[in-house]
Amino acid sequence: MKTITKATLELIREHYNKSIKSVHKRIIVCAGTGCIANGSMLVYEALEKAIKATGMELFVELELDVHDDKKKVHLNGSGCQGFCAQGPLVNILPEETMYVKVKPEDALEIIERSILKDEVIERLLYVNPVTGERSRGQLDIPFYKLQNRLVLGECGHVDPENIREYIAHNGYFAAEKVFNHMTDVDVCDTLVDSGLRGRGGGGFSTGKKWHLTRVEKSDKKYVICNGDEGDPGAFMDRSLMEGNPHRVIEGIMIAARAINANEGYVYVRLEYPLAVKRMRKAIEDAMDAGILGENIFGSGKSMHISVMEGAGAFVCGEETALMASIEGKRGMPMPKPPFPAQKGLFGKPTVINNVETLAAVPLIIRNGASWFNQYGTSTSKGTKTFALTGHVANTGLIEVPFGTTLREIVYNIGGGVTDNDGKVTGDGFKAVQIGGPSGGCLTETDIDLPLDYDNLIAKGAMVGSGGLVVMNTQTCMVQIARFFMNFTQNESCGKCVPCREGTKQMLSLLDEIIEGNGTIETIELLQEVGKCVKKASLCGLGKTAPSPVLSTIEKFNDEYLQHVLKKRCATNNCKSLRNVTIDIEKCIGCTSCARKCPVGAISGEKKQPHVINSDLCTKCGVCNSVCKFNAILGF
Amino acid sequence: MKTEPNNNLRQFQQVLEIIEKNNHDKTHLITILQQVQDAYRYLPPQVLTYIATMLKMPVAEVYGVATFYAHFSLEAKGKYVIKVCDGTACHVKGSSKLLDTLYSKLKLSEKKHTTDDMMFTLEAVSCLGACGLAPVMVVNDKIYGEVNAKRCGEIVDNIINAELGEG
Repeated sequence: MKTITKATLELIREHYNKSIKSVHKRIIVCAGTGCIANGSMLVYEALEKAIKATGMELFVELELDVHDDKKKVHLNGSGCQGFCAQGPLVNILPEETMYVKVKPEDALEIIERSILKDEVIERLLYVNPVTGERSRGQLDIPFYKLQNRLVLGECGHVDPENIREYIAHNGYFAAEKVFNHMTDVDVCDTLVDSGLRGRGGGGFSTGKKWHLTRVEKSDKKYVICNGDEGDPGAFMDRSLMEGNPHRVIEGIMIAARAINANEGYVYVRLEYPLAVKRMRKAIEDAMDAGILGENIFGSGKSMHISVMEGAGAFVCGEETALMASIEGKRGMPMPKPPFPAQKGLFGKPTVINNVETLAAVPLIIRNGASWFNQYGTSTSKGTKTFALTGHVANTGLIEVPFGTTLREIVYNIGGGVTDNDGKVTGDGFKAVQIGGPSGGCLTETDIDLPLDYDNLIAKGAMVGSGGLVVMNTQTCMVQIARFFMNFTQNESCGKCVPCREGTKQMLSLLDEIIEGNGTIETIELLQEVGKCVKKASLCGLGKTAPSPVLSTIEKFNDEYLQHVLKKRCATNNCKSLRNVTIDIEKCIGCTSCARKCPVGAISGEKKQPHVINSDLCTKCGVCNSVCKFNAILGF
Repeated sequence: MKTEPNNNLRQFQQVLEIIEKNNHDKTHLITILQQVQDAYRYLPPQVLTYIATMLKMPVAEVYGVATFYAHFSLEAKGKYVIKVCDGTACHVKGSSKLLDTLYSKLKLSEKKHTTDDMMFTLEAVSCLGACGLAPVMVVNDKIYGEVNAKRCGEIVDNIINAELGEG
């Protein structure tokens, strides 16, 4: 069996860095899911063709021995660079010029001007929508400038399918260090000192979790990487697995060393086919290189990792359900204790960590606990990635230290709130939904709150996996609550009664409100059932399922009251509560709406503005579809 | 009907290969079902029984797993599977309008997922993780970002036209 030593790692790094220097230019095309959907692979192919047409030497993988002076171009795809709203993204090194929204037609110009002549193509640069200024590189763009990209750092720079490039960026040196120069206790202690807490939701100390598993005596232990990122609106784990899979593997190796395990699983949702493919390739490459397998780094220890694809069940993000799923069973949670640390996968002690948590681990080992805990707040150390989406100008993946305020994220990094047509408005902010179906809402009053685990819990929300959905004033909060309730009700595994029945009841109560049949008692009952589900459910899914409802009732009580008392939805999102009227300025009295109205609710003289009798109107929308003058309001 | 057993054997040949590749291992049940579904595009009931027999486990258990996970379908799907993302980001950006458009265009509903000619299956799915491009829809493996009601109609029209061209 092949093994690799530290000297070999150093040799690979040195060779790689030497050959990088012999390259005239590097072109990095973002190949994350977002950019691929926007056509980045076509851009990649067009660039490849354009380079070949110039007669320059093109490398897609760097050769180790190149000594001639010919101009060379290195072209590679990278993982998600985060700025999905502006994709496809193309970076040119060493200048670090960043082109946004690149089309295949631009390829020839990029090669002729930016590669052959060092010119910058102004029209492809990012334009700051506020100042109108063009930014040359990532560091000039506010979206990037205001972030601390530690965990995401190499995503978007390294080629995720090239293990040598990862090694050249000091990859696997931390793994070598823990296997040959640290004891299991040292590794766990370093993690405790770093203050790293689980990034998947609960926020439990990673070091403590490892200690608990380490002390268990067993012939077999497992490490599981939880990549079942089911939170709708979050994609940080996907980006990490796609963009830097070797870092995740290195994290799993370090966890295995810390608890003395020799087998690991990466559980990935099936909705992420690219992440599955890249993780599998990375594991194969690490096996071939002798980094995984037997006698790792000559330490005598072995480690094998396999990838397991999920089959579409949100509850499998819960650790005990996930383990049942790996065992080939229905993904239903088990009561705790026993905790996975004592009795986990196949009944053996198991550490289960989220992707982002594991991806932070190699950095902590490499740079030290005190380097990591200089970031963040007193109780929440380090940085956190957030998927910034919804009604915000710069959607994408961001990473900021704990303690950053919502204002900084939404307005400065996110570039402000947009209306339903995508335009930035100054006063459109209504709320941020954080933590997905388990989380809650933050409003205008919380905008200067430093975000960390404990502050968010105190506000009835949670960090969760880090989905951050910005909502504008045109959003109906009752509908948002119903959306999450519908989601958890669908995903409830059905094992325990409070969750199975409670979520169903809560959903039908919300439907009552939305359909205009709600009363004050409906809201009270909703809160009562919610508290019961929260208290009595078996697993995290049920315990947190009522949070979006309870949080919106608390923060947007007026909106709920308006729905039940006045039977009005101010944002016109609830079909049954719509206030359908005719704009008398626009109506020319063509009578087509009155003729088509199935309930005869519209009346008026020919060539005179018509009116709708709201007692008869069923809000079916026929009038709106036949009106040629956009005179029907409320749809 | 003498030839039927032979036909069945041939039908199950692929399933058998998949089971053998997974070493008849019960813990690989989900992987086996995934690979079988890839081959057949759905999980026919007789295949579930066959898998249970080969893995020496109760049919109910196999059926239980197959019905637990959203990915597994016990009904045949159309040639084009359209997935409209209904994750949070897509939802607030109007994915329900896309669904309404496609439901009426393809004459489908929340209960009826596949067109009678077995051409299209329409599913509302949980987050596809491309929230930066919301709202998102996926046709087979191709992702379309920032889709509006008009564009999703066009995407379907293009497929129908391409099919008519081939036919």
